[in-house]
This record gives sequence, structure tokens and C-alpha cells, in this order.
Amino acid sequence: MNPGILRDLPKARLFWPIVTLAALLLLNVAVSPGFFQIQFQNGHLFGSLIDILRNGAPTLLVALGMTLVIATRGIDLSVGAVVAISGALACTIIADSPTPDDLGTVFFAVTVAVGFSLVLGAWNGLLVAVFGIQPIIATLILMTAGRGIAMLITEGQIITVSSAPYKVIGAGYWFGLPASIVIAAAMFVVAALLTRKTALGLLIESVGINPVASRLAGVRARGIVWTVYVFSAVCAAVAGLMISSNVTAADANSAGLWIEMDAILAVVIGGTSLAGGRYSLTGTLIGAFVIQTLTTTVYTVGIAPSITLVFKALVVIAVCLLQSPVLQQRMRSRRRPPGSRPPASARSAKTSDSAKKGALVS
Amino acid sequence: MSTSMAPAFSLARTGRGILGSRYTPVLVTLALLIVMFLVGASRYRGFASGQVVANLFVDNAFLIVLAVGMTFVILTGGIDLSVGSVVALSTMIAASLARDGWPPAAVILVVLATSSTLGLLVGLVIHYFAIQPFIATLAAMFLARGLCYVISLDSISITEPWFTAMAQTRIPLAPGLTISPSVIVAAVVVVVAFVVLHYSRLGRTVYAIGGGEQSATLMGLPVPRTKVLVYVISGFCSGVAGVLFTFYTLSGYSLTAVGMELDAIAAVVIGGTLLTGGYGFVLGSLLGVLLLGVIQTIISFEGTLSSWWTKIVIGSLLLVFIILQRLLTARRR
Repeated sequence: MNPGILRDLPKARLFWPIVTLAALLLLNVAVSPGFFQIQFQNGHLFGSLIDILRNGAPTLLVALGMTLVIATRGIDLSVGAVVAISGALACTIIADSPTPDDLGTVFFAVTVAVGFSLVLGAWNGLLVAVFGIQPIIATLILMTAGRGIAMLITEGQIITVSSAPYKVIGAGYWFGLPASIVIAAAMFVVAALLTRKTALGLLIESVGINPVASRLAGVRARGIVWTVYVFSAVCAAVAGLMISSNVTAADANSAGLWIEMDAILAVVIGGTSLAGGRYSLTGTLIGAFVIQTLTTTVYTVGIAPSITLVFKALVVIAVCLLQSPVLQQRMRSRRRPPGSRPPASARSAKTSDSAKKGALVS
Repeated sequence: MSTSMAPAFSLARTGRGILGSRYTPVLVTLALLIVMFLVGASRYRGFASGQVVANLFVDNAFLIVLAVGMTFVILTGGIDLSVGSVVALSTMIAASLARDGWPPAAVILVVLATSSTLGLLVGLVIHYFAIQPFIATLAAMFLARGLCYVISLDSISITEPWFTAMAQTRIPLAPGLTISPSVIVAAVVVVVAFVVLHYSRLGRTVYAIGGGEQSATLMGLPVPRTKVLVYVISGFCSGVAGVLFTFYTLSGYSLTAVGMELDAIAAVVIGGTLLTGGYGFVLGSLLGVLLLGVIQTIISFEGTLSSWWTKIVIGSLLLVFIILQRLLTARRR
């Protein structure tokens, strides 16, 4: 193998996230050798990996929306509240309906929940794109008020539903795979195609790099920003449907609690810059599974539940530090032997990096 | 030294009339506080009593201290999301050490040292690794919450005599008007913070960093040290708030104070501090906490209104004040 490739490999954007994921999976295999086994029972696939996929689906969806928001130099803290609201709306409608098992009822409930999330997303977009409020703060409003709205919908109760069609969303199977992961994958593919096969992704990145310049260049920055917040809310709403369907209940207080944190961390682990302008949907995909695998690992390895959160926090801190610009630069300068000419690819990467740094400073 | 005050001065100079003054957001908060109180007084019997006012301070002493620490951080343009978890961690440490028979002074010392050290670590990570404050404090929030679980999964109640005494002691101010020792602690914290922010080198550097970090560096101000220090201050304040919260609840519980960071941020914003930094007052944050307190009191007096209305009202207030900030900064430009 060409030694140049080996040397450049750690510089690839997705190298460290993939290494993390692989290390976590290997750790699981080392502890429980049957970890990779996937069984086929009753026409469904079963196994730890499938569990990771299914449980990771809501986080993946929320992180997907979050990636595009972060790419425009924003952040959406309200996703947890949107998760709670959408679950509350759907469950309340189904619980109040005389025919909870009717496909039409479930369809109506899902449509209302997703439709309302369009309104919530548009609200965030309005505050950020039109009023020009900082994204952290603009979405903080809905994060604070949103749980109150969800409580208002459920009247402070935990709404339980027994509806077979609704349960499919979070706990059912399609084509032998968990339905939730099929839905998440479909939304992921749509988002990837829309942003990478059309100019939309380019426009999102340009807005993230410099909103004013892209507006002067003729990009409708306002519309783009609006779109990403609406998309993020829709993703969160679908995740909310999955979560409430999986437990067949809507809990306005705890549904989607901390999910914004998991989603942001998934995005960060995936290598998307929080400074905006550069994003990787594949990175987010890997990041979301790193987080879910981490949660599973904690159980497989037998770490006491009481120190789960500390363990998770330490891993997150380590990944954040590894990705910090300071450490990255130090590692890069140490790896290059003094005096030798860097290969062309590394040189161009370096110039683009320093150019970006210059842009940040000025 | 006077140059570091330039942002504040130029704001005062360009502001014309009452609407453009740098005190406007604080005055709006004050007016709103008075209006809300009058609304409460006109609607409910027994609302307009001295004890209701005193209880605003008694019930929110810990939040006042938290908001003061948060003000320092937000003035530099940062944010500290870890305060709620650190409060929970402080209650856990205090409760578990008190249970093991440690003397109260040592307990409080350990709590304050832990919370300040956590703040120091966060500050160092933010400054030397150039990680965004939002992400670094988010990780600290996870870590502190996780450490709570390590100490205990269950609630620990406190029976230690000194702690119960602090919880039950009432200091009479006037006939029928009493406050708790926590209020005095909170008052001391506010006064010290006020003096430090407005009459010390550190305070002026904090404002200067919020006005423009690069300019502050070029002026030769100790930016790295101050940036780390504000997170230590916020950590220390979280520790103090944790101790006060322990007095208030007489227990330690790992799931306590979830979302308290949002209350603290809301109080600071409602108190007129710009989230972009460089502009705001610690007394404004105090008014912000009191306004949140009045709203909660009204909701509890109303009786039929459920507690989730508090969240909606706080969210709406946050919105109004942020739009107000936006309008004011737009006028100045």
C-alpha cells in the first residue's frame, strides 16, 4: 500500500468518527462475542445491531435536521420540545378518537402533528431569518415555551394510546426491518439527494459561510434559513411520533428530553463545523450511530447505570477535544516531518485551512 | 483604563431620549415588574403584603446567585449551560457529606471548591482549545449530571442540625416580615458582583471582551485570564446557589434543577443583558429573577392555572425582551 495514503488517512474528514464507531463496535464484540449476530425470526431481523439502528433512528432524524441548521451557522435547541409537542398532539388525537385502530385516524393524527411542526419550524425561521435574532436564543424561546405547550395539549397527563397502526411507526417492521429505521433512512436519502444533487446544499453552505455575501451574490438567504428550520422541525416531529409510538404514550415532560444535546453531539462528532458552512450528512449518520452505540456499549460492557452519563460525557469531551482546531493543527504540524515537501494534496488542504482561519480572524 | 469603558460610553452618547438610553431595557423590566405586581395586588387579596415581597427573595435566592454568575459569562459573549447540573451536583455533595458527618464548614468548602474547579476546567477548555462555550458547557452539564448519579441515584435527605437550622431560621426585618439567611447570602453576592463589575479592572475587562475580544486583546487587557475567570465565577456562583438550594429543599437529588440554566439565562436576558455580550447590568438580572418570581407567585395565587403556564409565560416574556433588544440595537446602528 502506498505509505502516502496511510499518512493522509487520519486527515480525512470522516476518519476519526469511523474509527470511534469501529472501536466501540469491536469493544462490544470483545465483551459479548455474539454481538454481530443477526437472527431472522417471524420475518423480522433481530440482533444488537438492529437494536442500535432502531433506537438510533429518532436521534438520527433530529440530527439530520440539525445538520442543515448548523450548516447555515445556526442551531436549533427547540427540537426536544417539538418532539414532545408532536407526540402529544398525535396521541391526544388518537386517544380522543372513537376508532383508534382505524388507519385513517392514525393518518390524520400524523398529518396534524407534522403539519403543526411546520408552523413551529416557520416560527423559528421567522425569528432567525426575519427578526435576525441569534439562533441559540430564538430557539431557546420555543425550547422553554414548547414543553408548556405540550403539557397544555396533554393537560399535564401522560396520554397512553392503544392503536395497532400507530405502534408500527416506532415498534413495527417493514420488509423485515424496523419501520422507524426505514422512515429515517428514507428521510436521510431525500435530504441527501436534495442537498447534494441540487444546488441547495451549495446555497446552504454559502449562507453558512457568509450570509451577507451570499445575499449580495443573489442567494435568497432568508428563504434558505427558513427552509432549514422548517425541515429541522419536521424531522423532530417525525422523531416525536417514533418515540411516542414506541412506548405507546405521550409524556410531555420527558419525551425528547436531552435529544437536542444528543443531536448536536452527533453532528459535532460527524465533523460538521459549528461555525457553519461545512457539513457532512454521512458524518451525522455516523455520529448518530456512535452515540447510540455508546449507549448500547454501556449496557453490554456492564458499566453500572449510575456512571453511564459520566462515561458518555467523558467520551464526548474527548471527541470534542480531538476535533478542536487547536489540537488538530498541533497534530498536523507534528505529523509532517521537518524539511520534507508535503504532498500536493496536503499542501492544498493546508492553504484552504489557513485561508479559512484568515477569514475567521478578519 | 478609560478606553475599556468606551463601548458603554459611546452607547450612552448615541442613545437619544429615554427610548435610546442604555438603561431602557432595565427600566422596561422594572416597569413590567411593578405592573405585574399591581395586577397581582388588584386581583388577589393578601398579595400586596410585605411578606409576599420578602418571599420573592426567599424563594428565589438561589436563582439570584445563579443569574449573577450567568451575567458575568453572558457579558463576555459566552454562555454557561452547566449551571443547573452543577446546582444538582452541589446538593448531592452537600447532602452526602452531611450524611457522613462532615462539619458544615468543610461541606460548604468542598462544594465551592468542586464547582469552581469545574468552572475552571470549562474556562480552560473554552479558551485554550477554542471550543465554543455552548459545546464546552454542554459537556460539563452532562459530566456534572453524571457525577450526581455516581454519588447516588436516590434522593438523600439532610438531618444535620446546622443545615436544618439554616433552612428554618427566619430573620425578622419588621413586624410580620421575615427573610431567610439565604437572602442575605444572595444580597452579598449581588453587591460584590455589582462592585466588581462596575468599579474594578476585572469588571471593565469583562465588558471590553464582550464589546470586542480582539480589540480588548489589542488594548493589552488580560483577555485569556479574564475569559477563564468568568467561568470560574459562574461555577463558584453555581456552588453557592447549590448550597442555598440545599437549604431550601434540605435534600440532595440528582434530578433536581433540570432546566434551571434556562431560568437563569431567561432572567439575565429579561434583565436587559445583551446576549452578544458587552452590555448589561447585574441589577437588571436581579430584576429579571424577581419578575420571574412575581409571575410564579401570581400563578400560584390564581390556583386554577397549572404550572405549565409558567413555562409559556416565561417563553413569551423572553421573546418580548429579545425583540426589544433587537429593536434597540437596530436603532443604535
